[in-house]
Amino acid sequence: MKGLGAPIEAPRWVTHALVPLINLALALFVSGLLILALGEDPFEAISILAHGAFGYPEAIGYTLYYTTNFIFTGLAVAMAFHCYLFNIGGEGQAYLGGLGAGLVALAIGDWPAPIVLIAGILAAALFGGIWGFIPGWLQAKRGSHIVITTIMFNFIAAILMTYLMVDIFIEPGQQAAESRKFESGAFLPRVHDILAAIGIDAGHSNLNLSFVLALICSVLFWFFVWRTRWGYEIRTIGQNESAGVYGGILPSRTIMVAMCISGGLAGLVGVNEILGVHHRLLLEFTAGFGFAGIAVALMGRNHPIGIFFAALLFGALYQGGNDLAFDMPSIKREMVVVIQGLVILFSGALENMFRPRIEALFTRRARSEPVAAE
Amino acid sequence: MTASEDGRGASLSSGAAPPALELIGIEKWFGTVHANSNVSVRIAPGTIHGIIGENGAGKSTLMSIVYGYYQADNGEILVNGQSTNIKGPQHAIASGIGMVHQHFMLVDTFTVLENIVLGVESGRMLAPSLAAARGELERLERDYNLEVDPDAIVGELPVGVQQRVEILKALYRGADILILDEPTGVLTPQEVDHLFRILAALREQGKTIILITHKLREIMALTDDVTVMRGGEVVAQVKTAETSREKLAALMVGRTVLLRVEKGEAHPGTALLEVEDLSVNDRSGLPRVKNVSFSVRSGEIVGIAGVAGNGQSELLEALAGILQPQSGHIRIKGEEISGTTARGARNVRAAGVGHVPEDRQRMGLITSFEANESGILGYHRDRKYNSAILMKHAAAVADVGRQMKEYDVRPPLPRLRTGAFSGGNQQKIVLGREMDRDPDVLLVGQPTRGVDIGAIEFIHRRLIAMRDSGKAVLLVSVELDEIMSLSDRILVMFNGEIVGEVVGSDADEQALGLMMAGERQAQPQAAEGREIS
Amino acid sequence: MGDPVTFFVLMIDAMLRVSTPLILASFAGMFAERSGVVDIGLEGKMLGAAFAAASVALVSDSAWLGLLAGVGVSVGLAMIHAFACVTHNGNQVVSGMALNIMVSGLGPVLAYSWFNQGSQTPMISEAARFRPVHLPFANRLADVPVIGEIYSELISGHNIIVYIAMGMVPLAGWFIYRTRFGLRLRAVGENPEAVDTAGISVSGMRYRAMIVCGILCGVAGTYLSIAMNTFFVRDMTAGMGYLALAALIFGKWKPLPTLLACFLFAFVQALEARLQGVDIPGIGIVPVQAIQALPYVLTVLLLAGFVGKAIPPKASGIPYVKEK
Repeated sequence: MKGLGAPIEAPRWVTHALVPLINLALALFVSGLLILALGEDPFEAISILAHGAFGYPEAIGYTLYYTTNFIFTGLAVAMAFHCYLFNIGGEGQAYLGGLGAGLVALAIGDWPAPIVLIAGILAAALFGGIWGFIPGWLQAKRGSHIVITTIMFNFIAAILMTYLMVDIFIEPGQQAAESRKFESGAFLPRVHDILAAIGIDAGHSNLNLSFVLALICSVLFWFFVWRTRWGYEIRTIGQNESAGVYGGILPSRTIMVAMCISGGLAGLVGVNEILGVHHRLLLEFTAGFGFAGIAVALMGRNHPIGIFFAALLFGALYQGGNDLAFDMPSIKREMVVVIQGLVILFSGALENMFRPRIEALFTRRARSEPVAAE
Repeated sequence: MTASEDGRGASLSSGAAPPALELIGIEKWFGTVHANSNVSVRIAPGTIHGIIGENGAGKSTLMSIVYGYYQADNGEILVNGQSTNIKGPQHAIASGIGMVHQHFMLVDTFTVLENIVLGVESGRMLAPSLAAARGELERLERDYNLEVDPDAIVGELPVGVQQRVEILKALYRGADILILDEPTGVLTPQEVDHLFRILAALREQGKTIILITHKLREIMALTDDVTVMRGGEVVAQVKTAETSREKLAALMVGRTVLLRVEKGEAHPGTALLEVEDLSVNDRSGLPRVKNVSFSVRSGEIVGIAGVAGNGQSELLEALAGILQPQSGHIRIKGEEISGTTARGARNVRAAGVGHVPEDRQRMGLITSFEANESGILGYHRDRKYNSAILMKHAAAVADVGRQMKEYDVRPPLPRLRTGAFSGGNQQKIVLGREMDRDPDVLLVGQPTRGVDIGAIEFIHRRLIAMRDSGKAVLLVSVELDEIMSLSDRILVMFNGEIVGEVVGSDADEQALGLMMAGERQAQPQAAEGREIS
Repeated sequence: MGDPVTFFVLMIDAMLRVSTPLILASFAGMFAERSGVVDIGLEGKMLGAAFAAASVALVSDSAWLGLLAGVGVSVGLAMIHAFACVTHNGNQVVSGMALNIMVSGLGPVLAYSWFNQGSQTPMISEAARFRPVHLPFANRLADVPVIGEIYSELISGHNIIVYIAMGMVPLAGWFIYRTRFGLRLRAVGENPEAVDTAGISVSGMRYRAMIVCGILCGVAGTYLSIAMNTFFVRDMTAGMGYLALAALIFGKWKPLPTLLACFLFAFVQALEARLQGVDIPGIGIVPVQAIQALPYVLTVLLLAGFVGKAIPPKASGIPYVKEK
């Protein structure tokens, strides 16, 4: 967009696509060096990873199943980021979301599936939303630093779930801290089952209809953030709180709403895991999805389209990483976590290292009126 | 010896001693902005030299280069005739150049002594440094008559005293050349006089002083020589005695400036804004507005004059519903605006009030949003921009686009990022937004801060137009010229109270200046309005 | 419960040992924040140091080399954080989180790759640990009632890192309030512009503060793996870095209150072992998870109740960019 005297800015695709890709490339480059240092061939590692992620129908299924979780947590972190809040509590919110879905399943699992599933989805969002709301409230009303409170709530959630599973929900006579299996009403259909019903053989994977839910959430997210007054208020408070107050927006209310929605989105991971895959309540199903959401949101620049691709990338990393750990025993699964950290580092903290220089390549020095300094 | 570059023939008394400071051909770019263009200045030793220009003329940049804060892209600096490469503040200090900044470079939680010693401590351990500094400080205070308590906490000192600390800092480091950047922005006229006496005393002691300002009266009152800058260039260098305010003003803007805007008679009607016994505390709980009462009628502009920091900002924010008052009443068109801040700004807007805030970037706009989104700030919940769930984005874009054309925003592109517009155009976006709703009461704070001359005239004419169509306008500004030019009635605020009221046409700068410094009015003016107690 | 003095001594003894890494970490955070850099990455630095110390101590059979390695890694991570935040004005919270996540993954990866024992390192020998330091006359005074017990059990017999941690208050206090470095450090955290115009490098000060932060975190992490334990295991810091931050906020960035806050947290954790399975009248047996959750819940309550009055260094968290 150019006009008389307005400075030329870099085209949108540079800022929103090229720069994240370059940041990603850097993160992968450093990871490659690490793999090299561990005595393996990085290029071979990448090809195993890529094959493991997309090379066969089951792989794609699993990749998309992981992607589902990353979409939920990525959207969650992004919603909070739009209000300039750092929601590190995705793990705990996902955990609570799973609890909510599980409780519904245990209570009314023998009812017709659509009712159970919808109730389960709402419960997951509600429980996750509450777990996000409390730190939001603390930040808004008491000034408690949301980063620390959400991290604390992660620990509290884990401990709470352990207590509940070990002392209350455990199926008697069982070693593992898991509840009984749900009735069939609480089973979210698997995609490969649906495809099989229409004659397509897609192997056997965890991918279930929550993937569709994730896509729906992405669309709704866009409309909510950029085309509703609540989204407008969240973005305004996030960018400039004084301007928000000037405009009649209440910061505390907005923060709480943002955190509540954020927590609710993260809670939907529980729908995928508990209703879609495990069909019982259990421990440790959040498996780092919450933290990965931070990387996904940063890479995806808090926009649903970017988040989708970033989530896809991380889904591929997780699934491919599984296969990689299998084929290259010297590289443990946690390598994926290291890559995550590097992505967050380059996309988030080191963003300013390359972005200005890349953008400068795309902007011309235009003659403009001297800008009045103040 | 070369004559000064501009060839206008105004010469300094060069004599035998080299200039204390000479700049030759200084060039500085900030991205695409040419902040300093071929700037050459000669400053004679033992004089007070003024550098005058509007906002954005390049004076502060130039002095930042002299102080080593920035590096010039081209050009030469000579200190006492010696070519000097000033690579940083420490070099500048070593060359005898000291700077007193516009925004003080003080650590509020430290004592005066700690602030003075910061950066020039005499060793690793603090105690001996402080002891040595204390002795030296006492000597300086005696020599230059700059009284300050070395153990006072700087954050608790009044502004005038803080400035003295800044001057002491420079002297402590052995400055022979003292640069003061807009030193009087936050001082009352009386404090300004005190400062000028200090500067004159320093000159007697042989120090060279460079005074950067945009205020004509300071130049005329204090300086020996003046350099005028405009648009990054030097346009003139003259002896103060040989020029006048009008000539300098013309040089500053490049054409004859109408120091007053043309306006017709005011025809005030009923009071649209009534303020009764209002008291407001700021966010840290300090009382800033104390039992203030006044009213603004339809068809008039009431200007509130005063040095920044005397409660005008808090008053404006309270009226706009942003800050909760402690006590008192605010009535818009007879309706009491109730005391809950919960929806303060929203309620106030709904009552028919527009608010052009003092700090547009901090409060009035969101620089990262597109202009069409900034253009609906505060009105984003209106029915015309919203259906049940979704917003009517196209309607907002169209509406803001229309406003931009009406208010001469350049370029009139509602999808352009707000931050990409210049200061003046940003201000016009805010004005357009607030005035387009046809509010009955308009609250305006510092409307032309950081705005170029062309936009200033436009904005002033718009405000007069509002007044002529029967609206009530409350104008808060630290620029006395603006207040005097626009207002039908002028109220002076000092220390949270209204200390005087003057009819616009009778306004006298001296009298206003005295009131701004706290002198209460001798007798109440014969005008319709509140009586002064 | 037995003899109340013995109980008291044992509790305080445990508290001192548990609080040591917390104190070191929170003082590390203090230096960083006083200079204006928010450091969420205390956790990652400690974890990285713990891993490095355990690995090097194992291989070299020397506790001091382990300490060196731990400090080295921690300082290295601190430098990355400084590079991202100070030199490139990156977001400080994101940078801290990134490093934490990276380290949490890297530890197990390297441990497995080098030692092949899952996610932990093999145990080190006694020689490679930090051993207790017995103060003079400790043995002879042991039998003296009350005072002797306190001296020989409580005050003597800790390893050297514990003593260092206990000395942090006078040490840090001296450093921050009585030296030139400390003056400039505090100035940078309050008004970096003032420091810049005084000719002192803002980034230089912040890098130096981060080095101190790295050193202290390094000692803390080393303590965890080779003084308090004999090996590294994944996530062994268990949120301690965040608790340290909470203690720092609660202590309003000042040495003595921060120390006391650390003691409080440590005391609660020391209670955990004591209260397990104990029947409290009126409540019954407290589930072990409730006690486990106590430090985290306490942190939340602390932040909810007291942060309103705490004023961080004015420039904390704001990257310093020269204004025009």
